Amino acid sequence: MLDSKIPSGPLESKWTYYKGHCKLVNPANKRKLEVIVVGTGLAGASAAASLGELGYKVKAFCFQDSPRRAHSIAAQGGINAAKNYQNDGDSTFRLFYDTIKGGDYRAREANVHRLAEVSANIIDQCVAQGVPFAREYGGMLNNRSFGGVQVKRTFYAAGQTGQQLLIGAYQAQERQVALGNVKQYSRHEMLDVVIIDGKARGIIARNLVTGELERHFGHAVLLCTGGYGNVFYLSTNAMGSNVTAAWKAHVKGAFFGNPCYTQIHPTCIPVSGDHQSKLTLMSESLRNDGRIWVPKKKDETRKAVDIPEEDRDYYLERRYPAFGNLVPRDVASRAAKERCDAGFGVGTTKQAVYLDFRYNLINKYGRTEASKHGIENPDEATLERLGKEVVKEEYGNLFDMYEKITGENPYEVPMRIYPAVHYTMGGLWVDYELMTNVNGLYALGEANFSDHGANRLGASALMQGLADGYFVIPYTIGNYLADEIATKPIPTTHEAFETAEKAVSDRITRLMNIKGSKSVESFHKRLGKIMWEKCGMARNEKGLTEAISEIQALRKEFWNDVRIPGIINEMNPELDKAGRVADFMELGELMCRDALNRKESCGGHFREESQTEEGEAKRDDANFTFVSAWEYKSESNWEMHKEELIFEVAKPTQRSYK
Amino acid sequence: MENYNMNLTLKVWRQKNSAEKGGFQTYQVKNVSSEMSFLEMIDVLNEDLINEGKDPIAFDHDCREGICGMCSMYINGRPHGPWQNNTVCQLHMRAYKDGDTIVVEPWRANAFPVIKDLMVDRSAFDRIIQAGGYISVNTGSPVDANAIPIEKDKADAAFAAAACIGCGACVAACKNSSAMLFLSAKASHLALLPQGAPERKSRALAMVAQMDKEGFGSCTNTGACEAVCPKGISIENIARLNREYMCAAAVSDKG
Ligand SMILES: Cc1cc2nc3c(=O)[nH]c(=O)nc-3n(C[C@H](O)[C@H](O)[C@H](O)COP(=O)(O)OP(=O)(O)OC[C@H]3O[C@@H](n4cnc5c(N)ncnc54)[C@H](O)[C@@H]3O)c2cc1C
Ligand code: SF4
Ligand code: FES
Repeated sequence: MLDSKIPSGPLESKWTYYKGHCKLVNPANKRKLEVIVVGTGLAGASAAASLGELGYKVKAFCFQDSPRRAHSIAAQGGINAAKNYQNDGDSTFRLFYDTIKGGDYRAREANVHRLAEVSANIIDQCVAQGVPFAREYGGMLNNRSFGGVQVKRTFYAAGQTGQQLLIGAYQAQERQVALGNVKQYSRHEMLDVVIIDGKARGIIARNLVTGELERHFGHAVLLCTGGYGNVFYLSTNAMGSNVTAAWKAHVKGAFFGNPCYTQIHPTCIPVSGDHQSKLTLMSESLRNDGRIWVPKKKDETRKAVDIPEEDRDYYLERRYPAFGNLVPRDVASRAAKERCDAGFGVGTTKQAVYLDFRYNLINKYGRTEASKHGIENPDEATLERLGKEVVKEEYGNLFDMYEKITGENPYEVPMRIYPAVHYTMGGLWVDYELMTNVNGLYALGEANFSDHGANRLGASALMQGLADGYFVIPYTIGNYLADEIATKPIPTTHEAFETAEKAVSDRITRLMNIKGSKSVESFHKRLGKIMWEKCGMARNEKGLTEAISEIQALRKEFWNDVRIPGIINEMNPELDKAGRVADFMELGELMCRDALNRKESCGGHFREESQTEEGEAKRDDANFTFVSAWEYKSESNWEMHKEELIFEVAKPTQRSYK
Repeated sequence: MENYNMNLTLKVWRQKNSAEKGGFQTYQVKNVSSEMSFLEMIDVLNEDLINEGKDPIAFDHDCREGICGMCSMYINGRPHGPWQNNTVCQLHMRAYKDGDTIVVEPWRANAFPVIKDLMVDRSAFDRIIQAGGYISVNTGSPVDANAIPIEKDKADAAFAAAACIGCGACVAACKNSSAMLFLSAKASHLALLPQGAPERKSRALAMVAQMDKEGFGSCTNTGACEAVCPKGISIENIARLNREYMCAAAVSDKG
């Protein structure tokens, strides 16, 4: 039943073959075809711009006040591409292989290979748009390395890579707006997909300023609505990031792939108190130069700087000598949790480890600079001064951010960090063409499940978002729309639009009429706590089973007792939030069911029942080499479909970073 | 870092929508921790308001880490509050002490009408970008990214200008409500790169024309914008734009 539509032929020529054989739409017909793009992050903006350039009539939606504010803007560290500018042995194949392995052999080979193939084009495209990537003195592009990888293939713009890439895509989209090819709807939230005769034909959106519901027709609908990490309440995602668009599509028939695959990022600023509204990432790129350690002694009372070398446990370097501080995220996160659970954590809460720059600041950067300046036998103060300048250029904005939040200066004292929810590998199930199992309904970027398996390597989400939007969808959508050229725009008075709008409106009215006693935020916090404790970094059968009934009970309470102030037909952020939290509560249950069902450990999904003697994640390839694609039947009732994963080239082995 | 708790008086601008008149409301906020961010302090106040059956304060925010440009509060007469190079979402309560009174208003400018309370409509910025804030290149097969080397100084200067987050604090700080810092940052970012140089004159003309159309005021070089910009965008960009603009206007007059 699930057809992933992977082209035949050898892995490395599938995409070329596909491009040479897919159907095309001629320019005159493109003008008659309308495409709805929900979301203007890297995936959405690049898709809207590229489809507009091709001549399709595009409508682009986002809930923020401008497309430029999509959550992609917050990405810090960088974007991968197999350019091999460093001549250090990189290639398309190696990027493909690292990504498959990094994903713990739970991603689809064909998709990942295509991603690696187009990665180099992304960098060319972005530079042409004016994205100011970091450069070396010779004027060439610079690279840094990221976790899980032994080459330097990450392109970056200080700690603001996402911002610069998104502004590039945003500008390309605005250009199409000016040319009349894209129409932009900011402060609009999609609240349902409209399906007519088995095909996605439009959306119902709410104008968040006036509260009015609107109907929009499209020959195809693209969901580029990002990830659902905020189901945990505290995460590194922006406050507004949510699952609503994907969830509505799911309820309308689109399968949800691998919902339990969550990425917990090892280096985030720890929680400081109950008031906490979000967590801040400290980019993985910092692990290039920062060494992670905890004291060797339990209940150490000395300050970090007073603890001598011999009393420090650089536990990643100790456990994983080959990759050291650059092990993949899932491995680094679990190792931090292990040390803190064992009583070696630091800071007031003891739920933190040190990320320390001093060694590389002095020895790596300080010494290189001293040698460049011809300073012989530099003293420690000189090395420190010179090293600081380089560190500042590389990571200045991250260090500033850290200091603003904690009041501590990371040039002087090590950062305190702890893992936090960061990214969701799961998402809407899509085939090779990025189409969900609903005809004409596509999912791009973090909203789909496709390329990262059970664990995403750093700097690969930006790559995937832009690959999907600039280089994949422009081809694959043509293959579908070529058969739609005779379809006239369907008037939004069609009964499918009527029914969908009425359902949305009824739900909003129901929410407003509860008039209970507890705020939306309080429910979101409680949901987050259940998810973090029982479906977070480590999961087990008992906890997951409990979580499912706790979430069901919480959901019931929400629908009886939530209090939403204000009215429907006005700007009402509490109402917007209520709808999102209601959807998160349904998703939370599905995530726990998926986690319960997957009795193996893989990538970010760690089932305590399935570990090796050294406490590493233990996969069960014989029974779990599949994508779980969940079909929504009714409330709390799903059917799971399997897409078997076939590895022709990258043969699964137990992942080792030792 | 010593943490402490404090009690504060907040005077907040409340306005139902763009059609109705607004005014200040005073609130007492108790037991605020110095570890909270400013927005978390407002969250706590809002939670209290909701529990009392009142309307919470509407404000724009999303990333809460100083990069999306969405947050926008005018605090005690200064956009984004007292800290240098900072957005309000990154402002932390250790900037205040027990007993302080804090006045919070929206950005004020004709081109930024209030939507509700502290939220304003900044879509004029999108339209300025639409007028020319891009490089005209389609998705396709551009040359290899390393085919055109760019001197590190130029690349760094372009990057510094590109750091603008489009928040609008520069407009809010300016007595003329000029958008020149925002506009010049974009124009400089693109003009400094070889890829963006061919369009630099037409870009400057088109963007300035749109800025005027949106009702932003003209720039009289007071420098208030630079002082409050959370990303340290320099007014040198305005000077650069002016040179570009004069030169472009002269050429287009002849043509
Ligand atoms: C702090 C941080 C740092 C990161 N750093 C890196 C990095 O260095 N490298 C890397 O590769 N990845 C990084 N990532 C991951 C990466 O940034 C994201 O996965 C990626 O940007 C997601 O892009 P997207 O286009 O899929 O979605 P988003 O950028 O999240 O965009 C979602 C869009 O959908 C819209 N939307 C959502 N729901 C609706 C709705 N119902 N109606 C209308 N519009 C809607 C939003 O308005 C928005 O425009 C980072 C993530 C975080 C949180
Ligand atoms: S120039 Fe500075 S103040 Fe103005 S919009 Fe950009 S970042 Fe904000
Ligand atoms: S909320 Fe994003 S910059 Fe302040």
